Amino acid sequence: MDWITVLIFLLLVGMGWMNIYSSTYDEGNSSIFDLSQEYGKQLVFIAISLASIVLVLGLEASFYERFSSLLYLLTLLLLIGLFPFGKTIAGATSWYDLGFFNLQPSELAKTATALALAKYLSDIQTDIKRRKDQLYALLIIILPALLIIPQPDPGSALVFFALVFVLFREGLPLWYLGVALVAVLIFITTLMFGSAWVGIGLGLALIMVFLLKKPTAKIPFLPVAGLYVLAMAFSLSVNFVFENVFEQRHRDRFSLWLRLEKDPEKLEEIRKTIGYNTYQSEKAIESGGTLGKGFLEGTRTKGDFVPEQHTDYIFTTVGEEWGFVGTSTVVLLFTILLLRLVHLAERQKNPFSRMYGYGVVSILMVHYFINIGMVIGMLPTIGIPLPFFSYGGSGLIGFTLLLFILLRLDANRLKEWD
Amino acid sequence: MKKLVLSSIIILVGISFLGRLSYLQLFRFSEDHLLEDPAVKVVYDYPERGYIYDRSGKLLVANQPAYDVMVIPREVQPLDTTEFCTLLGISRERFIGQMQKARIYSPRLPSVLVPQLSKEDYAGLQEKMRKYKGFYIEKRSLRDYKTNAGANVLGYISEVNEWDLKSNPYYELGELTGRTGIEKQYEEVLRGQKGVKYIQKDRFNRDIGPYKDGVKDLPSIRGTELHITLDKELQEYGELLMRGKRGGIVAIEPGSGEILTMISGPTYEPSLLVGRERSKNYSTLHNDSLSRPTWDRSILAEPSPGSPFKTLQALAALQEGVISPETPFTCYNGFYVGNRKRGCHCGGGTRTMNTGIYKSCNAYFAGAFRRFYDKFETSDKAMDVWEGHMKSFGLGNYLGYDLPTGRPGRIPGKDYYDRVYGDGRWSSTYIISNAIGQGEVAATPIQLANMTAAIANRGFYYTPHLIKKIGEETIDDPQYTERKYTTIDPEHFAPVVQGMADVYEKGTARWLQVPGVKIAGKTGTVENFTIIDGVRKQLTDHSVFVAFAPVDNPQIALAVYIENGYYGARYAGHIASLLIEKYLKGTISRKDLEKRMLEKTLEHEYAKPYSGEDFKINEYVW
Repeated sequence: MDWITVLIFLLLVGMGWMNIYSSTYDEGNSSIFDLSQEYGKQLVFIAISLASIVLVLGLEASFYERFSSLLYLLTLLLLIGLFPFGKTIAGATSWYDLGFFNLQPSELAKTATALALAKYLSDIQTDIKRRKDQLYALLIIILPALLIIPQPDPGSALVFFALVFVLFREGLPLWYLGVALVAVLIFITTLMFGSAWVGIGLGLALIMVFLLKKPTAKIPFLPVAGLYVLAMAFSLSVNFVFENVFEQRHRDRFSLWLRLEKDPEKLEEIRKTIGYNTYQSEKAIESGGTLGKGFLEGTRTKGDFVPEQHTDYIFTTVGEEWGFVGTSTVVLLFTILLLRLVHLAERQKNPFSRMYGYGVVSILMVHYFINIGMVIGMLPTIGIPLPFFSYGGSGLIGFTLLLFILLRLDANRLKEWD
Repeated sequence: MKKLVLSSIIILVGISFLGRLSYLQLFRFSEDHLLEDPAVKVVYDYPERGYIYDRSGKLLVANQPAYDVMVIPREVQPLDTTEFCTLLGISRERFIGQMQKARIYSPRLPSVLVPQLSKEDYAGLQEKMRKYKGFYIEKRSLRDYKTNAGANVLGYISEVNEWDLKSNPYYELGELTGRTGIEKQYEEVLRGQKGVKYIQKDRFNRDIGPYKDGVKDLPSIRGTELHITLDKELQEYGELLMRGKRGGIVAIEPGSGEILTMISGPTYEPSLLVGRERSKNYSTLHNDSLSRPTWDRSILAEPSPGSPFKTLQALAALQEGVISPETPFTCYNGFYVGNRKRGCHCGGGTRTMNTGIYKSCNAYFAGAFRRFYDKFETSDKAMDVWEGHMKSFGLGNYLGYDLPTGRPGRIPGKDYYDRVYGDGRWSSTYIISNAIGQGEVAATPIQLANMTAAIANRGFYYTPHLIKKIGEETIDDPQYTERKYTTIDPEHFAPVVQGMADVYEKGTARWLQVPGVKIAGKTGTVENFTIIDGVRKQLTDHSVFVAFAPVDNPQIALAVYIENGYYGARYAGHIASLLIEKYLKGTISRKDLEKRMLEKTLEHEYAKPYSGEDFKINEYVW
């Protein structure tokens, strides 16, 4: 059993609950077990999660590998079942009403997909270098995402694409990632500075390369020129798509994220409408300073100025009440946890366990990256929860299962060769 | 390599998060975020503005309550706008416009919706306001004037604008600040310090008691009262005399530099710039580009000083030893500059200093100036010495009195003439008009009054000022309590003062004597021109008069400048004489003189250039 991971898990869940309590308590209510309040319910979810850990650890390690396909199919069915039977909350049909709580199958689907992908990739028949197998692997990832997008819940769907990291680890050429990165870079710089400057910048970069290269090194001229033309074509099409295909609300999101809007009046307008959440959360975090305003002392938290503060924006509570000390602690805990999990994955002898481990890291990382990035204003608004921290039963239970299945596999690694 | 990709991404993300967080929480964080905190409501407690009293303790400016309708856009609930607008007495368009402005300024900070309701309007509104969420009434204190005079000195207060908000963090939208005059100059003393209370609000925006038990709250500090040096009755009387005339009057107590009266005509009642009609009245006054009632002529007008300037020429010539009081000059009903003859109205004959002054002989002063000039080897040297003497009387530069505006006047030096005529290409003949106060010299009425005070003191002056007491503290600012000495030795003043006294005894002002008071004065008649349809055209002369009294123990020194009032003894002389009697005796014995000044106006003179017809100037009958 990897106790470091367990300790960080417990810390994150505990801190998460404290902040949920602070975000949702009312001075009239005194009992923390009040089940009509979010903090009371979250306690129940924590209890269920802890119980499920016992279940996860109690099962044979080989169970997960053997039944991964079945679990995957089951969750696909659950996702399909949402269309006729789902419950709609805030416009999204993402839940089953189980009476005492609403189950969100997309949260469980992440675990199941990670298992299924690991199973497929670890199959002796599969060769990730083969185009056909790459497509199959991609299909496993995309299928649940396709079912989730129309709920609509594009944020959750996006998470599944994190699993491509597993493919990279297992042999998908890294330049795929390089191309994607460059594309994102061109996209952003085109929006910020315009195609002309991107062209000039890229040109200058190429000239620098030619000037600084070793005299002996040969750089083929034609392919480089072709790539340059390709990049510029992409940059120009970004402009076209932004202006003509995107709707105003999409454009606003990007202008907010990249600080494109300079007109103070329009900026004020954006802050009040589409950018309200981001602006308020940024301000609340800023107001925390170094040490924060103290537990239950966050005036903005108390005044409910940041919407969804107990779910997607829980990190603002940390920022306001615990200050930089609190936020950096959380960032450090996540960093250590993720690095630890990479280490765990790498030490697996069984390829299935290793690949699953990578799946866990990828999913947790994307959640953590997008959520905190959004809350502190570095990324555009994409509504997904912060693992172990945000309010929500399905999420907490899903992440707990995800994590502890890996710990169960890890605990078994020495027995593999017995 | 592949094993490291994910780990390095994780570390990179961690570092960039920590960077962004330290930027937000360590770098951008500032202690005063309390005002920005939407969960903390700030309530201000405005103290009353300090009263303003005159030199003898008579109340000039008090306060009256006024009521602003304020709005906090975030808290506004849907409402019946038509009904609400009727209640407030504003149009729907204006309401929507103001709401828009308020929202842009801040959704959670209060903005003014309708400013400065009267007590009566407020009484009707008070009960009904409760119905409209997000609106409330803020009590403010407006000025209540106990005099109809002195608008140019007192100044006015008005709502802070965006520039004020940016340049001074003290102010919040809707607050008032001094704009001109005393109100601006002594803004911080008069306004006091507003009190601040921080109130914690809960998620439903209800007040739930003081924030952090009120440790950050500040009590309000009352504005301090001011005693200024004006004499209320003299000021009111002077403005009465100035009706229908344009010009400036400044009277100073020579022994202290205290400004007794400071009048600009035409003027306006200070109460016009208070209350709901304020902005309308202000535009009317400000847009009157012909008579310019908001332009304070007593400190901003810079006409040529005219003959009163001759007194300084006499003093400078005596100081340099180029003449004695008995040195004679012959007047040929004028004097020659090269081959050109310049006229003189003194009657001709031999003039000494005494007759030169009281008959205001141009030839005498031209001659004295030439002697002065010839004493020095070069024109440059002569000009430097001359400029030094003139400037020592407070001319040609800002005087340093306590009002936020002013003009330097002009004492042209060698640099000025080098610029106009070319380097060294000028001589005494070019500049001799200055000797009789015409040429290039220019002075504001307050500078003329100060110059007169320096003569009355026989060689020094105190910087003119308006402040007398701040609260109970009599001022001790050395700027206003230390003597500024002129470059003329005291013994040279006697013959000049005698000449000025004879102006009343035998000279140009002999019809203007005040029974029982010995006055020294000097008339001035200043040619002036305007441009009508591109043609330079002469207008009726400006009437100028300076005087101080009593001669042996001066209590008042004053300068009166009346635009197009013809010769000095006419309008300016009359008004000066009446003001001196009023100040020294309290009552006016020469009722006919007073009646004439109260009834006469110069509107017909001011209309001439705009009549579109030919007109005569300097008409003898009046």
